[in-house]
Amino acid sequence: MSMDYMLSEEELMMVETARTIAAEKIKPIRRQYDEEEIFPWNIVKEFAQADLCGVYIPESYGGFGKGIMGLVLVVEELCKVDGGIALALASTALGALPILIAGTEEQKKKYLPNIASGKHLAAFGLTEASAGSDATAIMTTAIKDGDYYILNGTKHFITNGGEAQVYTVFAKTNPDKGARGISGFIIEKGTPGFEFGKKESKMGIRASATRELIFNNCKIHKDQLLGKEGHGLLVVQATLDKSRPGVAAQALGIAAGALEEAVIYARKRVQFNQPISSFQGIQHILADMATEVEAARALLYSCTRMIDSGKSKRTSKESAMSKYYCSEVAMRVTTNAVQVLGGYGYCKDYPVEKMMRDAKITTLYEGTSQIQKNEIALNLIKESAARNK
Amino acid sequence: MNIVVCIKQVPKSDNIQLDEQTGKIKRDGVEAVLNHCDEYAIEEAVRLKEKLPAKVIAVTMGPPSAQSILREAISRGADEGFLLSDKAFGGADVLATAYTLSQGIKTICSANIIICGKESSDGETSQVAPALAHFLNVACVPFVNKIDSIDSSAIKLERVFENGYAVIESTLPVLISVTKDINIPRIASLKGKMNAKKAEIKTLDISAINADENRTGLTGSPTRVANMFSAGNAHPVSCEKLTGDAKSMAKSLVEKLSAAGII
Repeated sequence: MSMDYMLSEEELMMVETARTIAAEKIKPIRRQYDEEEIFPWNIVKEFAQADLCGVYIPESYGGFGKGIMGLVLVVEELCKVDGGIALALASTALGALPILIAGTEEQKKKYLPNIASGKHLAAFGLTEASAGSDATAIMTTAIKDGDYYILNGTKHFITNGGEAQVYTVFAKTNPDKGARGISGFIIEKGTPGFEFGKKESKMGIRASATRELIFNNCKIHKDQLLGKEGHGLLVVQATLDKSRPGVAAQALGIAAGALEEAVIYARKRVQFNQPISSFQGIQHILADMATEVEAARALLYSCTRMIDSGKSKRTSKESAMSKYYCSEVAMRVTTNAVQVLGGYGYCKDYPVEKMMRDAKITTLYEGTSQIQKNEIALNLIKESAARNK
Repeated sequence: MNIVVCIKQVPKSDNIQLDEQTGKIKRDGVEAVLNHCDEYAIEEAVRLKEKLPAKVIAVTMGPPSAQSILREAISRGADEGFLLSDKAFGGADVLATAYTLSQGIKTICSANIIICGKESSDGETSQVAPALAHFLNVACVPFVNKIDSIDSSAIKLERVFENGYAVIESTLPVLISVTKDINIPRIASLKGKMNAKKAEIKTLDISAINADENRTGLTGSPTRVANMFSAGNAHPVSCEKLTGDAKSMAKSLVEKLSAAGII
């Protein structure tokens, strides 16, 4: 049981709905989907039917209008049971946020209702083989040709790649201008010149598809430009400010799920004629896990409320803090859960082995923990400089 | 078309306690939920609504707290909820329940299809559905596991038996009870839950449904529980694990079953 965060009735409704789907639909298949790397289309249908796909999308575009908090609560609850399957929904949010942030009214009306209803998944295409933490190093180009842009290049490690219908892709429209020469585009699956490449086989989140996006003279109408030309990196930064809490929620959910499994196991596992939960050595591990999970939740929810209030223009520091802390907690807590379960925890018959594998990605994607610390420190210094000129 | 779904609030199945004096299930202070079989009845009604122009009306008889299961029915896609509630309805057996429900349904609408769950998890009689069909004077098909087709005047469905099934065609109106094989109930959507939250649940008392008080509740219930016992205590169970290879275990099992007079 977590602390009382004074969630509204509608927020509790979202949590309860996500919990029901996780327990009834995801739990029975999570191991098979992980082992066989099955993309969870049948679970996406459940998300869609229950209206979960659009929790963060405004009601005017067919969503439930509950902001980033809505997304965070749903992702956390789903990830308590499975940290990979929820990504069909969570990574769609990452792909849809650039449209919400920088899209024109026409673009929003064209794409968001289908995403909110669950008819379409979305994906975010920034990373390339040689451009991970350094987004300015992307090589994909979008060269203007009349009313069109011609895209060439390959995006790497794209979550929902191949499965999604809508892609928000970033490319260099002016390679000479560096960070200010990058622009965003909305590209639909099936556009001539847009193909999918290698699907990665991963340590964790194996029910989530990670693929290459290959652009080969892909002709995109200028109406698909996202925001102004050259403003692509600003859109990326604004997107990450809102999407990193989603990764944090994934991490928190995985950690909370592992904690629950560890406590249940410790109460039942008998050694030396008593449940191992009676040993202080185990109790202290569980106490550390629980305290870190709750601290992570408090930080994440506070950050998310700050984003949704709209009072601060930028929330880069707070988003980075929540993502950094929750993901590192997820690694520690899942590792400790395996420790509490001992040899059983290391085996696939118990879910904590998978939770530990799933947790690792949260310290890597949408910026590694080290990049989050850069972001936090940079903002600290900027804030101090602004106060103490 | 009006589709009426009859639902029941029951004690949560992992928490059933019996009153040893009366032989009845204790309901006070016990967590109550929507009867599991009724989830399938609601789902089937909503699926029919998605095929036809139809309104789904959920009806239950119970205390004021039974409002919650009507809201749950609305969250799963029902359009309206009616609660038949009156002190005079308390303690009803199958007969009185079916009579009261029939009076309620007649008051609420002209029903074309009435759908019930196969049974309730507390009473488990499976008798309310046919008794209700009798009082409503409509055709009754219990234990339906598939609806093949439906239009505004007739329905074709499959009724299961222990050793097979029958394909039955009926004109409307008809009352059916559905098994758990008929569908997989949906999880209530957020928009459904919002509808349920806002919905007005109409409560009908004994005068509103024009019922005879001698035929409702305990007064109208001829059933009396003669005796009650725990099956576990009445027939102590002993277990034995057979070991060895399959052939010797099979031989040993046949000998033991023969000795016990079972085969």
